Amino acid sequence: MMNSLLNWVNQRLPVVRAWEDHLAKYYAPKNFNVWYFFGSLALLVLVNQLLTGIWLTMSYVPDAEKAFASVEYIMRDVEYGWLIRYMHSTGASFFFIVVYCHMFRGLLYGSYKTPRELIWIFGMAIYLALMAEAFMGYMLPWGQMSYWGAQVIISLFGAIPWIGADLQQWIRGDFLISGITLNRFFALHVVALPIVILGLVVLHILALHEVGSNNPDGIEIKKNKGPDGIPLDGIPFHPYYTVKDLVGVAVFLFVFCGVIFFMPEMGGYFLEHANFEQADALKTPEHIAPVWYFGAFYSILRAITFDIGPIDSKLGGFIAMGAAIAILFVLPWLDRSKVKSIRYKGIISKIAIVVFAVVFVLLTWLGTQPATVTYTRIAQACTVLYFAFFLLMPFYTRMEKTKPVPERVTG
Amino acid sequence: MKKTILTLLLSFYSVLAFSAGGGYPLDRIETDPSDKPSLQRGAALYQNFCSGCHSTEFQRYERVANDLGIPHDLMMENLVFNKDAKIGDLMTNAMAREDAKAWFGAAPPDLTMVTRVRGDAWVYTYLKTFYEDPKRPWGVNNKVFPDVGMPHVLAELQGVQLDSCNGEDPTKRDPLTGEKVCGLMVDPERKGSMTPAQYDQAMYDLVNFLAYSAEPMKAQRQQLGIYVMLFLVLLFIFTFLLKREYWKDVH
Repeated sequence: MMNSLLNWVNQRLPVVRAWEDHLAKYYAPKNFNVWYFFGSLALLVLVNQLLTGIWLTMSYVPDAEKAFASVEYIMRDVEYGWLIRYMHSTGASFFFIVVYCHMFRGLLYGSYKTPRELIWIFGMAIYLALMAEAFMGYMLPWGQMSYWGAQVIISLFGAIPWIGADLQQWIRGDFLISGITLNRFFALHVVALPIVILGLVVLHILALHEVGSNNPDGIEIKKNKGPDGIPLDGIPFHPYYTVKDLVGVAVFLFVFCGVIFFMPEMGGYFLEHANFEQADALKTPEHIAPVWYFGAFYSILRAITFDIGPIDSKLGGFIAMGAAIAILFVLPWLDRSKVKSIRYKGIISKIAIVVFAVVFVLLTWLGTQPATVTYTRIAQACTVLYFAFFLLMPFYTRMEKTKPVPERVTG
Repeated sequence: MKKTILTLLLSFYSVLAFSAGGGYPLDRIETDPSDKPSLQRGAALYQNFCSGCHSTEFQRYERVANDLGIPHDLMMENLVFNKDAKIGDLMTNAMAREDAKAWFGAAPPDLTMVTRVRGDAWVYTYLKTFYEDPKRPWGVNNKVFPDVGMPHVLAELQGVQLDSCNGEDPTKRDPLTGEKVCGLMVDPERKGSMTPAQYDQAMYDLVNFLAYSAEPMKAQRQQLGIYVMLFLVLLFIFTFLLKREYWKDVH
């Protein structure tokens, strides 16, 4: 009965082929390590955000007069509304944690290098859409930090010469952030950007399954195929990686739920204290900080405290921040190394990647702190190192001596 | 390596602790959402002394009554002063914002989530550090909220405090006796109806109630959390065994 139904469907829609191409006969390298959990975890968090988001929308009111109260209505009067809301707010931060780990994995093992440049670029596009999604979502609770954080970010566009002021007004839809801004951000957050992100995720995965997964050794497993045409170092994604990823899911949920149930504010990093006060256009908070996941780029923005010729510090900071994100897109063409994985790269690459990781974490933290003189100096040094990592990459990756790459994966 | 990580974490924590203070040392407080007698006393204090000017308009009378174990009729008779209010209503306030602004310089803020905005310790210390200052319109000032617009409505309980520091460091201690050199003392001539210890307990109850009001589901959240975590430990064990079984033949 089930079989004939499957046949009926399969003659009209290639469900079996899709199942085989993407799961049962998608051969992944057998030597994935812990870093390889974060791709499927990102998908899990995406589903969490979509589902909890849909349920939040059922009670949330996108109206400057009612938005703040409607969030508290969800927290107090909706059955398990607090759980849905904390799952969504914690999920936002965890989305970035998981995505940062996923990107760092790519950086470690050269997953962006030929033939996976497009996968990297789609991934970067997802990251960009995610930043926009998170920024607009953060405005919806209409707390003080929602309002003033958005005020700061939107005012950045004012730094662009000639069109800046008009552009700002066009984004806000008003002379200041108002209910109109809230409504359009709501529309973009719940309809437009999720569609974009889902589409990009499909492209990201299709491109990946076309060329096959990289692995910690940076070896192409398709070069060593058995007589049956199956890569010798490959194992079917299902069931091997589906069951393995389930273990990752269990561990991830343990940490995730630990935050949801025992520290949903995460000391003011996931939910900022000032955001429990309703937005007030006449009362500027003492210290306006973006949420932690924008910290690194916010630090780079603030690090430019000086004018460079005709470019004032405000525009300079805006350019630096844009460049810090844009440079990630061209990463596949900056790395000129003969090998993919950090395991076989030279000592300079190894030092560089550690320094980069430390610098990125430091910049992220600095972005959440008030800009004191010392902190600004540290942020400036980190900004130099951030760009040096990328701009010097074509030189040190070509110069350094690499280790021989083995024929087969090393487990 | 471990040591460095620990040091980093600790310094990180101290940064957090300092950034909340804003100068004056805050008194520690550990609120307890399961201490119902304390919450009930706090609710009574809140309704009698605070609710005249401050709203808690994101919370409902009914929720407070249910969570704190107060029968609805007792709640309506003793803790709801607005005669038109029904038990299911939000705990709003009749004071017009314009009037309040004229009287106090700024409208009294809603207090539903004040402890989430300011922190438990801040509110606790704020309530205990009003002192006489003839330069201020209400004759009082506050240590953690300098030049606050609010009068000391709890003076009848605490009495009038005098500041003996005159700008000196309030944390300084006598090297021999270990006692504080200066600080806030209740004027013996103008004592309140409570002793300092009783007043501290009353303020603990009040902050406990405000912390409850900021996140009424906190106790439920933590309790449910324990079950969820236990389930996830089980899930981990089973998924781990499943994975090991499948991966036996991968070499």
